[in-house]
Amino acid sequence: MSILDVRGIILHFRGVAALSDVSFKVEPKTIHAIIGPNGAGKTSLLNCISGVYRPQHGTITFDGIDISRRSPSARTKLGIARTFQNIALFKGMSVLDNLLIGRHVHQHTGVMGGGIYWGFGQREEIEHRALCEDIIDFLEIQHIRKHVVGTLAYGLQKRVELARALALAPRLLLLDEPMAGMNAEEKEDMARFVVETAEERGTTIVMIEHDMGVVMDLSNSVTVLNFGEKIADGPPEEVQRSKEVQEAYLGEPAEAAELSA
Amino acid sequence: MRCGDFRETYAEDMALFETAFARRMMIAFIALMVALPWLASGFWLDIALRVLIAVIAAVGLNILTGFTGQISLGNAAFLAVGAYATAVLAGRWNLPFPLVIPAAGLITALVGMVFGVPSLRLKGLYLAVATLAAHFVIEFGISHWESVTGGVNGISIPSPKAGPLVLANDRQLYFLALPVAASLLLFARNLFRTKVGKAFVAIRDQDISSEVMGVNVFRYKLLSFAVSSFYVGVAGSLLAYQARIISPENFPISLAIDQLGMIIIGGLGSILGSVFGAVFITMLPELLRLVTSALSSTFPELTTLFASVKMGVFGLAIVLFLIFEPDGMAARWHTIKNYWKLYPFSY
Repeated sequence: MSILDVRGIILHFRGVAALSDVSFKVEPKTIHAIIGPNGAGKTSLLNCISGVYRPQHGTITFDGIDISRRSPSARTKLGIARTFQNIALFKGMSVLDNLLIGRHVHQHTGVMGGGIYWGFGQREEIEHRALCEDIIDFLEIQHIRKHVVGTLAYGLQKRVELARALALAPRLLLLDEPMAGMNAEEKEDMARFVVETAEERGTTIVMIEHDMGVVMDLSNSVTVLNFGEKIADGPPEEVQRSKEVQEAYLGEPAEAAELSA
Repeated sequence: MRCGDFRETYAEDMALFETAFARRMMIAFIALMVALPWLASGFWLDIALRVLIAVIAAVGLNILTGFTGQISLGNAAFLAVGAYATAVLAGRWNLPFPLVIPAAGLITALVGMVFGVPSLRLKGLYLAVATLAAHFVIEFGISHWESVTGGVNGISIPSPKAGPLVLANDRQLYFLALPVAASLLLFARNLFRTKVGKAFVAIRDQDISSEVMGVNVFRYKLLSFAVSSFYVGVAGSLLAYQARIISPENFPISLAIDQLGMIIIGGLGSILGSVFGAVFITMLPELLRLVTSALSSTFPELTTLFASVKMGVFGLAIVLFLIFEPDGMAARWHTIKNYWKLYPFSY
């Protein structure tokens, strides 16, 4: 059974259609890429899945539960985590505190328990700190765990954002351009982390990415959007050969252009 | 001084005091505070009491404005709610102070939550204006609900008592306010080491991504209003006990501005900063008064200028702090501490 089933999503902003009738399925423990030219509606689609936008029509089913009408925080509790295209970390907090916010939905300390601290609050904090340290080790960011996030380099901030999403221990991870603006070495590291997340942690990943090399190498399946419509869907090799995809990216083939001229 | 400071457990890494030295300094400071009534005159004891009350209120405001990022101008009104709740509970119902003070806090927390509802839609300056409305609504209510509040004539509050124990003078009141302030400070420090406090800071830094991380933003904003107003209500309660008679004039809008000044000068988002700011802003006029009275023999016209000089220096202090230490006195304190950390070898 697919873990994520998106059906007939229609999203428009005051007459501007962002997504028209988009459907796709994601199988558990796979990496699914969403690609398409700028303005194709990729981030809008991700926002619909994470609950930032509410589409006018269509259903989103996560692990058999219809989540279309649920709030973003309710979806997070079910096990959906995401990162943002323009990093949306808590800039005034340390790396560790950012990760601990990722543990928020799994913690139970209230105002009184937290304020009194010694006893339940401390025990829980130590327990979750240990889980965050696992992720810090996994993503190799031990040296910056106490640094304030706003002072870190861009590539590291991207990695911290992935760490924060992983701290949620999600079953579905939505990545919005995890490799944008990175150099080759940082990209290789990030690609390794994405693959390991899927393979070792068993997390399903839906990823928007522009780097075709990365998409072809990492993903098990690909959905292609153009002007808010799905134009192709399937394994990367198949999608690569699709005529419509080639047209969307490269324009019409030369012969066709000549004929129509 | 910090060489060879290694931590082996997460509990050690999350401790309140980074070093044993810091813990000993805090114990010494607490001992000094306990001994203060025997060291200070009545005049200074009165100021110390006002400082303690201001510290509680400033920590409360900082929880809301500094840590959660919700600007509030309703603090004077919330202080009034705590003070009037005390007047009614202690004056009319004759309840003992161990009940009155937390009850005043809880009542203020409820009122604070009600006026926190606009924060669902309003942010920044717009929320500030909405809380300004809270100030005038509450002020109007207090002035006109004469059967309960005594209206503009004010209302008197008996000395705090619990059974045979009566706290009749400033010294005894000081020993009530000191443990209350100390435990509330500790509570606040602990709060920001755990889930709820971190969620507050997350909302300040990035409200959309905190929602996506599973923080129920509106609920936590209301919770922040409640916790903050609880602190302010407790401060209002102690203020009423100290003042013995209160009227709406005790809670002007300028009091709310003073408290914003405290947390800006002290340091937004810092418990220590709230303490520094409260001490500074409360002591400033008293220190100015001492200076002017010392100079009045040589410059007799200074006494008449006093009122305007006070406001001028207050404004100047805020401006200078915003320019030279925008992160407040707490940040400067950390800079100084870090300088001495490796003394005498700075590398």
